[in-house]
Amino acid sequence: MLARIGVASVNELYADAPRDALLTAPLDLPLRKTELEVERRLSALAAKNVAASAAPFFVGAGAYKHHVPATVDHLIQRSEFLTAYTPYQPEISQGTLQVLFEFQTQVANLTGMEVANASMYDGSTSTAEAILMAHRVTRRGKALLSGGLHPHYAETARTLSDMSEHETAVLPPDPRATEDLIGALDDSLSCVVVQNPDFFGNLRDLAPLAEACRAKGVLLIAVVTEVLSLGLVESPGAMGADIVVGEGQSIGNGLNFGGPYLGLFATRDKYVRQSPGRLCGRSVDADGRPGFVLTLSTREQHIRREKATSNICTNSGLCALAFSIHLSLLGETGLKQLALINHANAVALAEALEKTSGVEVLNHGFFNEFTVRVKGSAADLVERMAARGVLAGVPVSRLLPRAGLDDLLLVASSEINTDDDRAAFVAALKQELNG
Amino acid sequence: MNSEGRPTQPRAATLLAPQTFSGARALQIHEALIFDIGRQDFTGVDLDPPKAFTPRLGGLERKSEIGLPGLSEPEAMRHYVKLSQKNYAIDMGPYPLGSCTMKHNPRLNEKMARLPGFADIHPLQPVSTVQGALALMEELSFWLLKLTGMEAVALTPKAGAHGEMCGMMAIKAAIAARGEAATRKVVLAPESAHGTNPATAAALGFSVRSIPAGPDGLVHPEDVAAALGPDVAAIMLTNPNTCGLFERDIVEIGQLVHEAGAFFYCDGANFNAIVGKVRPGDLGIDAMHINLHKTFSTPHGGGGPGAGPVVLSSRLAAFAPVPFVRRDGEKLTLVEESEGTESFGRMAAFHGQMGMFVRAVSYILSHGADGLAKASEDAVIAANYVRVCLNDLFSSPFGDRVCMHEVLFDDRWLKDTGITTLDFAKAMIDEGIHPMTIYFPLVVHGAMLIEPTESESIVSLTLFIATLRDLAIRALRGERERFLGAPHYAPRKRLDETAAARKPILRWTPPKPVEA
Repeated sequence: MLARIGVASVNELYADAPRDALLTAPLDLPLRKTELEVERRLSALAAKNVAASAAPFFVGAGAYKHHVPATVDHLIQRSEFLTAYTPYQPEISQGTLQVLFEFQTQVANLTGMEVANASMYDGSTSTAEAILMAHRVTRRGKALLSGGLHPHYAETARTLSDMSEHETAVLPPDPRATEDLIGALDDSLSCVVVQNPDFFGNLRDLAPLAEACRAKGVLLIAVVTEVLSLGLVESPGAMGADIVVGEGQSIGNGLNFGGPYLGLFATRDKYVRQSPGRLCGRSVDADGRPGFVLTLSTREQHIRREKATSNICTNSGLCALAFSIHLSLLGETGLKQLALINHANAVALAEALEKTSGVEVLNHGFFNEFTVRVKGSAADLVERMAARGVLAGVPVSRLLPRAGLDDLLLVASSEINTDDDRAAFVAALKQELNG
Repeated sequence: MNSEGRPTQPRAATLLAPQTFSGARALQIHEALIFDIGRQDFTGVDLDPPKAFTPRLGGLERKSEIGLPGLSEPEAMRHYVKLSQKNYAIDMGPYPLGSCTMKHNPRLNEKMARLPGFADIHPLQPVSTVQGALALMEELSFWLLKLTGMEAVALTPKAGAHGEMCGMMAIKAAIAARGEAATRKVVLAPESAHGTNPATAAALGFSVRSIPAGPDGLVHPEDVAAALGPDVAAIMLTNPNTCGLFERDIVEIGQLVHEAGAFFYCDGANFNAIVGKVRPGDLGIDAMHINLHKTFSTPHGGGGPGAGPVVLSSRLAAFAPVPFVRRDGEKLTLVEESEGTESFGRMAAFHGQMGMFVRAVSYILSHGADGLAKASEDAVIAANYVRVCLNDLFSSPFGDRVCMHEVLFDDRWLKDTGITTLDFAKAMIDEGIHPMTIYFPLVVHGAMLIEPTESESIVSLTLFIATLRDLAIRALRGERERFLGAPHYAPRKRLDETAAARKPILRWTPPKPVEA
């Protein structure tokens, strides 16, 4: 090949690289390994972690362990889905495109909105993008973040807001959902961002807030970090949200130590041209047969460059596929049933904990996660419970280190928890708290 | 005929391609939407009802229907398998999308990412229970830093464009720390840049000043010098660039940028051409994102997820986002707080695309220092081979010169044929090959950007080249129908994108009830 190209050595092809920067010998790094060696090496690393399936597991706070049917992982590993690129050539990408069209419809229906996009990176970045969109729609530049918003989401939003030279007001952490958002509204705000169920697990009725927002020309951005809750809880759309963003990981996708996850983004038809991310739309081909294409790309960076609505290029296509397959298997009936089981397990755990001395459940209403107050440091407690083989939850102080909430613990329970898991949790907790 | 009367040889028939009752074409089977085939009262998942209990939803029970169809497991299998068969994929043949790097995705990577110790761990578990995961992140960081010769790495960014955001945020923070936030408001970007570069700069409140590409496809130091000034925060330069060329004067450009008090952001989308051959740290770069889904073979998945870690120079290291892994003797910890440090903060929940990190490390360990350099070389050789085998028919915008991992042609050679770059690309679909990147970079008219990658064998490259030569000759001979109507054999003919945008249909809606 080199002869056909007309060079004597491959380094002649690198002739434009600075001569003293061109490496002529391999870097001082390990050399290639066989498949068996790599598998041994990585398996050894994996074995140093405690998998969620290997212990009674109650950890949530924005990422949830659920059972995913075997069909899902089998299908997403089909080469034609796994090893395809973004569907820029629609005639040979109708599979991916139809999945996205179905996904968009599922997400719109689930959130109670008119339109959803083809997915974003994750819930937190989706939230940050929604705020920028609200600034564009309202031509205002200030966002108000609820104290019930996931602290990582609030930090992500604040970073992007600060960097894009917008204002952000953040209310203090609100474990009992008592903050007065309506009283904090004014017409300098482009949007108010509220999570439901909130970070502490509380369920919030967004309808009165939505009405107050409308009166002030403020957009209501509802955040859902546990998308399964929408099987049982009233949708943000029905409560009057203007933009619904969320984390779709719970359906079809594993924990993966935080990523890749699935950003959901839904809004009203009238705002769609201000929205970020890819959209799939239905059209017809030259023979008049229906088909799907990526559309409204005049919003996007590859066409609009510095005038684009977002710099986003990648979505979470394969995670959206997993979500869509799992949700198709569940259907309306299965989703509602699964959500009910989650709630039942969480209620059973809350009831057991309420009988435990030294533990107080803070929430009035919740879905599959709630906050408990314990004696002493929740972070220490979680470490000691882990040593006893129980992954007990997330200490609030891990995400809010200086909020004076060191005695609060977030506890999540889903369909994966058995009666034995619950008994193990309560027994270990009693031993730790009461000796 | 055999003795049972079954014909054993095909017979002559006069009717060609009859209409079918179902609309199917044998293996090409029409597949309706889940909303047409599923039923709301049906589920394909086994779930036992919970024991009786008193709900505690605080009066916020869902009152409305959702509108979600359910499929049985066999229905779901058929639906998604049939849909998958309407997709082209790198596992089917060449996918020479320039700048996108469609290389083979080794299945060992998939297997490793699915080990429960990686796939089934929670980002907020006690760090004592995820030491192996942190060690894997440390291992990836080690390799990325050694391969780039840089000072620090941020693993959080979730895709290339998110990585650009990360690098530019670090630059903005560094400029603010120098007290120049109000004055340095301009970012330089070549006309040939990826659209994400100006979009990122604009999203962070910068205005964009365009730098022309020279007649040789390269950015010239004198053009950069002319655009530099005390108002410039950074330059965003892709290397190798989007024309598939190594920026010959990159070191001089870096020096000019630094002398002017600005920073040098490098778009690392094309890092796969130089891994193990040139370290970006030796070129004066301050920040560069690395697309793990391009260079390190994590699958593209029909549009994502990606992963875009960013390497930083010593000038920017302190401004890196949280979280990051820190080693404390035998123990690994996660630094999750930015308060009291110079870090610009957090840019996503949790710690980055762990699933992609595992796949990338699996690829990196499999290749090693020697294999990674060889992969770069083979990608560059493949692109140059395609170049010399096609350049007598196709026109090269910047003359006959050596390229990196991708070769760029323009459409001058199609002049007077009535055939466009798009037509040519669609005809490639009929030949069973995914088209190259077309109409990018924007600086070249009717651009065709071909990136074969190191994954194509000589046999595959030879067939690819022969196919393109055959098509080119037919185009030059004036066989317009083949091109203008293409694709003829894909699951769909050319789709109407204008109609789709004019009156967007972005979701399924229930059919209106028929009036009696």
